[in-house]
Amino acid sequence: MLTRIEDQFIAFLDSLSKSYFLVQKTILGCFAKPFEAKLVVYQMVSIGYRSLPVAMLTAFSVGMVLALQAGYSGMYVFNEPLYVGTIVAFSIVKELGPVLTATVITGRVGAAITAELGTMKVTEQIDALYTLGTNPIKYLAVPRFLACITMIPILTAISNILSIIGGWVVSRFKLDIPSTIYWSDTLDFLRIDDFFHGFIKSFFFAAIIGFVSIYKGFETKGGAQGVGKATTQSVVTTLVLIVVTDYFISVVLVAIGIG
Amino acid sequence: MIRINDVHKHFRENYVLRGVNLEVNDGETLTIIGGSGSGKTVLLRHIVGLFHPERGTVEVDGVNLGEVAEEELQEVQKKMGFLFQDGALFDSLSSGENVAFGLRHQGLPESLISRKVAECLEHVGLSGIENIRPSELSGGMKKRVALARAIARDPKYMLYDEPTTGLDPIFSDVINDLIIHLQKTLKMTSIVVTHDLKSVYKVSTKIAMLLEGRIIATGTPDEFKNTTDPYVQQFLNGSSKGPIKLKIKEY
Repeated sequence: MLTRIEDQFIAFLDSLSKSYFLVQKTILGCFAKPFEAKLVVYQMVSIGYRSLPVAMLTAFSVGMVLALQAGYSGMYVFNEPLYVGTIVAFSIVKELGPVLTATVITGRVGAAITAELGTMKVTEQIDALYTLGTNPIKYLAVPRFLACITMIPILTAISNILSIIGGWVVSRFKLDIPSTIYWSDTLDFLRIDDFFHGFIKSFFFAAIIGFVSIYKGFETKGGAQGVGKATTQSVVTTLVLIVVTDYFISVVLVAIGIG
Repeated sequence: MIRINDVHKHFRENYVLRGVNLEVNDGETLTIIGGSGSGKTVLLRHIVGLFHPERGTVEVDGVNLGEVAEEELQEVQKKMGFLFQDGALFDSLSSGENVAFGLRHQGLPESLISRKVAECLEHVGLSGIENIRPSELSGGMKKRVALARAIARDPKYMLYDEPTTGLDPIFSDVINDLIIHLQKTLKMTSIVVTHDLKSVYKVSTKIAMLLEGRIIATGTPDEFKNTTDPYVQQFLNGSSKGPIKLKIKEY
């Protein structure tokens, strides 16, 4: 029993040190030559552009449902749907936009990165890169990481806009709130700080998605089963980390006066 | 020159290498033989720097691979070609792009790369398959493309992990001839891990036998043929009776 706990503790420390070195090497690799610009652009298209439809659809739906719930709750409490635009804008821009976009991207991109790198690992393709004098961190990890931290905040910003538009659609056509009221509720109270509050968070979430999915891919062991296990672990770990770090990032950002 | 000194390696409870000592001189073709799971591939991976020994040293041209920085290790790896047992082709690239991969990272002009790719594919009998994806190739063809990729950069050292496994007898012989050709014309130093005794006798200038994590015998093919060592004899004769006991459950 004690040996098993010892083994698990050693494995935990081992994974901590490995993930630390992966993060360090990836960050340093971003500034080291040769710059794999083509690969970065390819990953940006794959991670950013191809995720756009699913991120937009999710954001639009969330904006609609949020407006609906805010409107009916307002009617229950105040007999009229008050501050729907404000509720939608604040919830989306500061919290739901970054978290939901990160969640959707975790499922679409994080899982794909882990599965792809994991398959490359178990079929010795990563070892083959070493033997061809190519650093896998530079060739595989850096382009994916750079694409994540550039494209996920952009996707978050686009999602925020789509959510607010979704909220307007429900407010205007379902709750019969005049457009001017919705937009003034939205824009009068929302400050640039609130936007940055969510935008800064999305950088951290992007880094979490990138690092966890790359780490889990590189550490995949076994065959097809190992790839499946690594992919599941990658998605679960990323989602838990996003939700947990969200609180602490929010606390820090509020403390330093951003949002 | 490659010098392996007292190399130890274990994975959990499995002690794979228990003090391997071996020297490979420039221009030699060394074949490492031994039973399945005896650690031949693990030893080969130490030589190319994919594994680092827990004890002992692996030196390539005087560079201790366990002590150098990553950049210096990569420079040593650039001198080596490695043929993986299952090919390890990049499935996101075409066959031609796979062969060109190492050349592109050397910054060579495209015209030279295309010529070199065509030449290497011709060496392995696969001319004109540049645009075919690895997923469309048979197992043997994948291995041949992998060999073309490994030799494309004219490495000083060529490491083969089971080069003829999965190939038909005729093509196995073509690969054997290619190993000899590379050794004779380019003075390439080769290390071959194989079970194929026909290959062993054909390509080797030196043979080493690995048993229970140690090199138990080294010598020329003729010395191996005439050996009195019961372990080597049993392996070469392919007999289940002898001093090498296999851990097989009796039914």
